[in-house]
Amino acid sequence: MTNQCEIKFTKLDKEKLLLTLSGNWKLDNNIPDASVIEEKILSFSGIGYLEFITTDVAEWDSGILTFLIKINEWCSKNNIKMETGGLPQGVQRLLALASAVAEREGARRQFVREPILSQIGSGTINFVHSTIEILNFFGEVSVAFMRLLRGKARFRRSDFLLILQDCGINALPIVSLICLLVGLILAFIAAIQLMMFGAQIYIASLVGIGMIRVLGAVMAGIIMAGRTSASFAAQIGTMEVNEEIDALKTTGISPIEFLVLPRVIALVLMMPLLCIFADLMGVLGGFIVGVGMLDIGITEYYNMTVDSVGINNFLIGIFQSCVFGVLVALAGCLRGMQCKRSASAVGDAATSAVVTGIISIVIATAIITILCNVLGI
Amino acid sequence: MINSESHITVHDLTMAYGSFVVQRNLTFTINRGDIFIIMGGSGCGKSTLMRHMIGLQKPAAGEIIIDKLNFWNAEVRERETMMRNFGILYQSGALWSSMTLAENISLPLEEYTDLSSNDIKEIISLKLALVGLSGFEDYYPSEISGGMQKRAGLARAMALDPEILFFDEPSAGLDPISAKLLDDLILELRDSLGATVVIVTHELASIFAIGNNSVFLDSDTKTMIAVGDPNKLLAESDNPKVQNFLTRGKIHYEQTS
Repeated sequence: MTNQCEIKFTKLDKEKLLLTLSGNWKLDNNIPDASVIEEKILSFSGIGYLEFITTDVAEWDSGILTFLIKINEWCSKNNIKMETGGLPQGVQRLLALASAVAEREGARRQFVREPILSQIGSGTINFVHSTIEILNFFGEVSVAFMRLLRGKARFRRSDFLLILQDCGINALPIVSLICLLVGLILAFIAAIQLMMFGAQIYIASLVGIGMIRVLGAVMAGIIMAGRTSASFAAQIGTMEVNEEIDALKTTGISPIEFLVLPRVIALVLMMPLLCIFADLMGVLGGFIVGVGMLDIGITEYYNMTVDSVGINNFLIGIFQSCVFGVLVALAGCLRGMQCKRSASAVGDAATSAVVTGIISIVIATAIITILCNVLGI
Repeated sequence: MINSESHITVHDLTMAYGSFVVQRNLTFTINRGDIFIIMGGSGCGKSTLMRHMIGLQKPAAGEIIIDKLNFWNAEVRERETMMRNFGILYQSGALWSSMTLAENISLPLEEYTDLSSNDIKEIISLKLALVGLSGFEDYYPSEISGGMQKRAGLARAMALDPEILFFDEPSAGLDPISAKLLDDLILELRDSLGATVVIVTHELASIFAIGNNSVFLDSDTKTMIAVGDPNKLLAESDNPKVQNFLTRGKIHYEQTS
């Protein structure tokens, strides 16, 4: 005897058709397509009853059930009565169970494509709502900061110190590595061009001004957006999922004061320090290329850097890094506080925090650069 | 212990998320010293009702009156004062994960009292001892089991000797014996502290063992369909949904007749 799914049709009388099933009716055993069987049944015209004999069915699984459910649906549409008496006991019970609770009206999701105009409309409304939300959050943080200045806001010192450590000293290795390499790359690219004019010495000013005025702060900001902003969002988001934020609120503690303020303050304090370090490492990268490859003297390179950079460029860099500190911390905390109550929402919050952080850094850089240009600094 | 002075009154409350109404026309009274059960099938808005009563979600309509004061019409300050009398045990415990158990309990104490750090330490030991967690002061929530987290959450909820204790599914995720011990603890707290207890649960054993008043929320009609002592509801209610729920699907006709 083969294990092939087989089905035999025997016409019992004018209206009754007997289906004899045999073999292994399992999912991986090529169960015949229901539509083929349906056509076959139609070819015996005038059928009103179906009966089954399944004594030769050796094994079965969900495959036979889906097959029979399809046949059953088709039968009830075509006014044919299906007698399940001849099916295996287990199959009969499962079929009864599957049809016990009728499909709930309207439960099945219908995916309707929204017309383009309505998409634009709801997009605009969402944009307005999210802008209002961001402004609200900014306002709440400002109020909390004012309360802190008046000595009314409170958070735990140990939390603050931990955050300080996490976004300060723990971020140093990656900031130094990346800024050293950015300095090197900048110097390399400039070297090829400047050597054509024998103006290698200007590498010192190019790398110096580039790193100290803009790139040091921007690189540090982007690294912190990827590193710290995501971690803020995930921490606060998980607290939201875990009802810890609710517990804070009902204990009468403002989550903004308790969770957001220490993070913003820590990052604003640490960013300028990271920026100074990033500046140094970038200049060191340029120095390695200049002195090591282009034979510029050590003192010569140093003097050129000091002469060309000047205090203004340095201060602009530091100012930018403070701004980035606020933006990155706020982006992380905002997305964390907006987190919904599920595991995937925490992931979304972290992603969205990094994106928001980087976008706001780039926009802020553009604004500050244009302002400096207008003011002639 | 139990007198019939009303403590919390919910009047014609409608709860909604945006335009989606969860429950409407809820009206019931919780007396001082009651153990009040909010019950109903999954997803009928039990926890949402509790979120309204503890100040996390504003009603769409209607009012909640606690100690003759309108909870949601009060000034923010006043509402916060009222909330100081609440002790809340969340479904997951909701201990602050970056703090040890001792710090978790001390935070509300530091926030609301002027106790010295020594006094606070003593209170922490007492509250942990009451829930059977003596010696666990310096453990972080992630280092103890789920049942212990729940009990620690209860210790935190009791930190300020609240007048009203709220429990969100206290026995969810606990084995039958721990659940029974928690029930005993709740009874004990009610009797010794004289607190009013509000419990969201669908654990039948607890409902009959400790509840003396209840409201039954229905998700189909989106309103309450029964109110009163759960044991009496079992004996007297002729609503098939309530009977079905309270008998776990087996309606005992001999009891209802």
